[in-house]
Amino acid sequence: MRKSTAFSLFTLGNAILLALLLCSGRYGSGEARAMQEASRIVVDRFQLTDLCLFTEARYTRHPSMADLHSAFQDHPMALEHFPSGSLVSPPRFRRDRP
Amino acid sequence: MNRSVERHRNVLDFALSSLLRRKGKNVSLWVVYTLIVSLIAAIVFYTHALKREAALILQGAPDIVVQKMVAGRHDLVPVGYVEKIAAIRGVRSVRPRLWGYYYDAATGANYTLMASDDPLPGPGAADIGSGVARTLHLTEGDFLPIRATDGTPTLFQVRKVLPYASELASSDLILLSEGDLRALFDFPRGFATDLAVTVGNPAERPTIAAKIAGQFPDSRPILNSEILRTYDSIFDWRGGMMVVMLGVAVLAFVIFAWDKATGLSAEERREIGILKSVGWETGDVLLLKFWEGAAISLAAFLCGTILAYIQVFFLSASLFEPALKGWSVLYPRFKLVPDVDPYQLAVLFFLTVVPYTVATIIPSWRAATVDPDAAMRS
Repeated sequence: MRKSTAFSLFTLGNAILLALLLCSGRYGSGEARAMQEASRIVVDRFQLTDLCLFTEARYTRHPSMADLHSAFQDHPMALEHFPSGSLVSPPRFRRDRP
Repeated sequence: MNRSVERHRNVLDFALSSLLRRKGKNVSLWVVYTLIVSLIAAIVFYTHALKREAALILQGAPDIVVQKMVAGRHDLVPVGYVEKIAAIRGVRSVRPRLWGYYYDAATGANYTLMASDDPLPGPGAADIGSGVARTLHLTEGDFLPIRATDGTPTLFQVRKVLPYASELASSDLILLSEGDLRALFDFPRGFATDLAVTVGNPAERPTIAAKIAGQFPDSRPILNSEILRTYDSIFDWRGGMMVVMLGVAVLAFVIFAWDKATGLSAEERREIGILKSVGWETGDVLLLKFWEGAAISLAAFLCGTILAYIQVFFLSASLFEPALKGWSVLYPRFKLVPDVDPYQLAVLFFLTVVPYTVATIIPSWRAATVDPDAAMRS
């Protein structure tokens, strides 16, 4: 087999695999969709406001409910205590608000 | 047409043979390139899916949450605000929410405690999130110990564990009756943590929030759209994690492309000289180098994107878990619904394949325009 044919088949195979993965995400993934729906129902039922992603501190557990300067709540130049503090920047609407 | 295709195939054959002659160098190049593309793609896929997940799940969050501010920090809100806010035209209902946090010294985990609307069988009963059940090894009927504000340990019998599927929203949740929660934290009567306001017409939310802020200057209304924007901002490209990880990956790619763009090896120069001396035109040499760059970058792009997709959506982004988990003891187990924006794939393609391919052509063009004799001698 010519090298160009082998390379074309390799590229085509990868492209088809990628397309299949993208399609499987759109039409499959039943478990993930069930989880999404279950979470949506719980949020609606208990009127929750945040995702349970970072549970280490109150301002990372509920970033949308936290104090205006919660990431630096001890004082404006305070260094962060938690690793997630370096991952979460204050949302723009909070920075823009007086 | 066929002749042109055949010409490209011949050049591609030659380019692949040329790459295979330097197998060790080019395979390692392809592996590094694939890993960089995979890292960038995984960040893009993960943050996009998480933002979409937040937007869909939090659609049911309260239309407006009203907090009371005291000295710049939020405080308990008097339940007396409920009637006045409910009287504002357009407000459908106002519900006081009673919730707080509990640090469990034994496990080092933080839980969110909330008064449940579900009628619990009586005092001393609790519904818990599956993250709490996992951390404390509890099942239905077991007892959950919580230390009250005065230091008294109180036992709550677990009535049910909230569905595992809802972990992303309820993993750390402990639902108690209002009386139990008030007794546990010595919550003063007539106060709530905040108020959840439901508005009939979504378009009226900002106006009603402004009216609440006007009527209660010590209040801070938070709109549902602001809650959603919070998650958009956290996982935006300017967010801490995005900037750091994307920055490192892009820098690695720049160094990598720069190395390629700044020059050819003596062997490659000699090869170009020989090709020119046997009759190859400059255009043919550039076509050869284009196919060499395209073969490596296209293979790396496709393999990197597939790896990223599998890592994020099939392996639950296990690579990012330590970064997101931070110091949390309790971390939810969840699967993201795959959602890849074609625009993102296009950006990824143009950010990775095109610069590398161009970077391989430029030094070759320089080498191909010099005299073949000089190129071979160099």
